[in-house]
Amino acid sequence: MSELFSNYGAVLVAIPVGAMLVLTALLATKLLAPQRRTALKGQVYECGMLPIGRNWAQVHVRYYTYALLFLVFDVEVVFLFPWAVSFLGLVDTSDIGRTVLWQMVLFIGTLLVGLAYAWRKGVFDWKSN
Amino acid sequence: MPDLVLGQFAGVDMPDWVDALLRIMFIVALMTVNAFALIYLERKILARFQARVGPTRTGPIGTLQSIADALKLVTKEDVRPSTADRWAFELAPYIAFVPVFLIFVPMPFTETWFIRDLNLGLLYVFGVLGLNIVGVIMAGWGSDNKYALLGGVRAAAQAISYEIPMLLIVVSVVMVAAGRLATDGDVSAAVSINGIVADQTTTPYILLQPLGFVIFLIGALAELHRPPFDMPIAESEVVGGYFVEYSGMRWGMFFLAEYTALFLIVLLASSIFLGGWNWPFGADVGLGLQIVLTLVKTSVMIVLVISSRALFPRLRIDQLMSFSWKVLLPFAIVQVLANGIIMAYGGPDWVVGLVSFALLLALFGLVFALTRTRKGGDTTRTIQTTPARPRVITSPEVTAVEAGGGD
Repeated sequence: MSELFSNYGAVLVAIPVGAMLVLTALLATKLLAPQRRTALKGQVYECGMLPIGRNWAQVHVRYYTYALLFLVFDVEVVFLFPWAVSFLGLVDTSDIGRTVLWQMVLFIGTLLVGLAYAWRKGVFDWKSN
Repeated sequence: MPDLVLGQFAGVDMPDWVDALLRIMFIVALMTVNAFALIYLERKILARFQARVGPTRTGPIGTLQSIADALKLVTKEDVRPSTADRWAFELAPYIAFVPVFLIFVPMPFTETWFIRDLNLGLLYVFGVLGLNIVGVIMAGWGSDNKYALLGGVRAAAQAISYEIPMLLIVVSVVMVAAGRLATDGDVSAAVSINGIVADQTTTPYILLQPLGFVIFLIGALAELHRPPFDMPIAESEVVGGYFVEYSGMRWGMFFLAEYTALFLIVLLASSIFLGGWNWPFGADVGLGLQIVLTLVKTSVMIVLVISSRALFPRLRIDQLMSFSWKVLLPFAIVQVLANGIIMAYGGPDWVVGLVSFALLLALFGLVFALTRTRKGGDTTRTIQTTPARPRVITSPEVTAVEAGGGD
């Protein structure tokens, strides 16, 4: 078990190194660049004009439906990875044989029905209703 | 991988994490040089496409231009809007850059040179790449600017939409690798990037999964916000996207993350489809040639990605989203199912490749049919052949009031 995870220690080393890189660059800016804050510089940029209205725009709900669909298919892929590695071995050795394949086809098919439903509902059409 | 530790070359015994740190430091140097080189290369290539010469003044043929740019960025004032959310605004460059940097860990440059060979490398790369989006959203949300917010959510929507077909294609590549490794190796190496590269001594996977290569490339362009998929940072639509409020080195960090991600995703594509450090058709090459092979394959694809910026016009955002969900996703799913059925019934490799190629032709045919303008139909793309006659102003029609005369 420890052999399996030992290589991931390098990831833990890489995280602080990456953060240090950004920190160094920002510290260099702090040392070298001028710092003169004025009220006008603190304005939000809107092509040089004074900003109009509230700064936080409302975001359309369609982004939310994409996020939901993404979640469904992302979880599907997480299930697919271990299956993809081992299904050939299971077809050859286990006693259920090719049922391993058809069970996954059934699983993907169920999700495809969901995709078709979303398609039918016009989620992918980016309508502004 | 204790037998690959650097310390054994030097004859010194060093702990595992020191070895990892040394390799990471080497990668930091590589990344910096790579970013400088890519900025110069992109400006030169785009200039050639537009019949210009690009940077020529700084250094020999302009090669020091990126260094000059970096110096300018460091000495530029770091402005933050007074209404911005301070924590989100200042932490966003870290969250956007560090995940991209982490992708370097499992990337194989030669057979033995990588930081660490992660056994779930492919899954790890996509998991970490997804975190990058959090930084982008933080930048858009924290800036307190409507264009930045719009750019941020656009970037997130685009990235998650194109990640699904890419991931499914990676699954189909893993299936092919597992099928091949089952006969002559260890199946557990099928998700490790180096394991996949090592399997391509005779057949690069682009021959087995041509559809996968094309979908992966399209998805990579979208993930990297490269034209024709650069809606999140489109100047004419959202002024500059999620980093519109950033200036100086803080902006430079987003830029560095973008160029590093370009190098890494293309390196990943050349590893899992073009065979990475392997000579294409079966030749055992030394370590010196392996790094050359990796970099040559990567460079060719980088030039392709950069020139796409000059070659294709930007899509509309609705076209972008529906292309991913209505075209790429069904094709990717069909590819996974086709691989599964062929391999479970004992089909040989060339059948897998042939079916994938047929699917690729179907994809091209579909896109061609969808984008073709119909002859004489109700097309909106009518071109007026006779230009409207320009109005010639013969006499100045300026009234006395406008001219300032008045009384």
